[in-house]
Amino acid sequence: MNQLHSTPTEGTGPDPTVSSAGAAPAGQRVRGSSEANWSQPVDRLTLGRVPAEAINLNVTGKRLSGPLQGFGQLWQKTYRVRLDGATVSPQEVVAVWKREFGSFWPKGARFYAPFAEIAPGEVGLINQDLGGRQVLSTGVMVIYADDVSFTFMTPEGHVFASMITFSADVEGGATVAQVQALLRASDPFYEVMLMAGGHNRENIHWQGTLVNLAARFGVEGAPTVSQVCIDRNRQWRHVSNIRHNAAIRSGLWSIAHPMRMFRRPKD
Amino acid sequence: MTTGTTLAEVRPLAAGASAITIRGDVTSASESALMEAYGLASADGANVIVLDFRGLDYMNSGGIGLLVTLLVRIQRQGQRLMAVGLSDHYRQILALTRLDEAIGIFDDEAAAVAAISA
Repeated sequence: MNQLHSTPTEGTGPDPTVSSAGAAPAGQRVRGSSEANWSQPVDRLTLGRVPAEAINLNVTGKRLSGPLQGFGQLWQKTYRVRLDGATVSPQEVVAVWKREFGSFWPKGARFYAPFAEIAPGEVGLINQDLGGRQVLSTGVMVIYADDVSFTFMTPEGHVFASMITFSADVEGGATVAQVQALLRASDPFYEVMLMAGGHNRENIHWQGTLVNLAARFGVEGAPTVSQVCIDRNRQWRHVSNIRHNAAIRSGLWSIAHPMRMFRRPKD
Repeated sequence: MTTGTTLAEVRPLAAGASAITIRGDVTSASESALMEAYGLASADGANVIVLDFRGLDYMNSGGIGLLVTLLVRIQRQGQRLMAVGLSDHYRQILALTRLDEAIGIFDDEAAAVAAISA
């Protein structure tokens, strides 16, 4: 019988190919009970009250869709920022991140949280400007949260079929905040969009988020990005996901509601 | 309470099938233990890998992400992944994350072996 041990230690970086004993941004944890940290299973998503100016499409009634249900190549993207000089613990960083999540997003994207704080089972609404007053309306569900991390999973129709984890840990004497996404494009339309610059746009979004988070703690952050293609194959059996495509559905909605688009507040 | 370590034990289960017994926590820090165990479990040409979770103490979202990447590797090799010994709570988590659509879940090894043989 072969036995293999893995002991979490202080993280050394986001490279997912390094040994597990060295890369533990979400490994060394003070934790609560597993039951409290995970959401209950849901069949279809429901969304609470959202502000009147928000465009609420493509969330209610949708199923969650993770990397196994997506169409495109599978990527693991890791964004990290060191909070050098800030005397703040990983728990304090994540507590603030949970409370003020949407405020760290760069201009052009809005996160509407119909809840006071990120918690398992909560559903948030996303309005992403696509230019020309076109808005992509979609959302996320919080599937996991402990005191040093929380994880979103995307609904059908989102650009990504993904799980994305926000966490903080200590590396080299400094607290480091991290965003790590495991994602596939949900359908062929999004896969083409991602290959035509969407991946870069996604990277800019999360780097901007980490810069804003670092600034919240008085640090001028310089985020790092690591992206690894886990699976180059496309899952053609999921090509029909395009029927849920939130960008297409949002575009059709804006054509049908032109005046509503002009009433939206600009960033 | 801090998380402990991951222990992964590899053993033959049935013709063409290997079992990996998981003990402790499954988090992103478990990557090397789990992936090395998978390599050993596949060395003899097994086409079914059974994860035995009876000794699982805790699994966070990083652990679920690790199961996704393991599953992708297994599918690329034309193998199947099964899981046994999951508590009701972790069965619910696999349902929540829709991993149960790709991982065969059984109460115990006897049921998994019966499914392999069928």
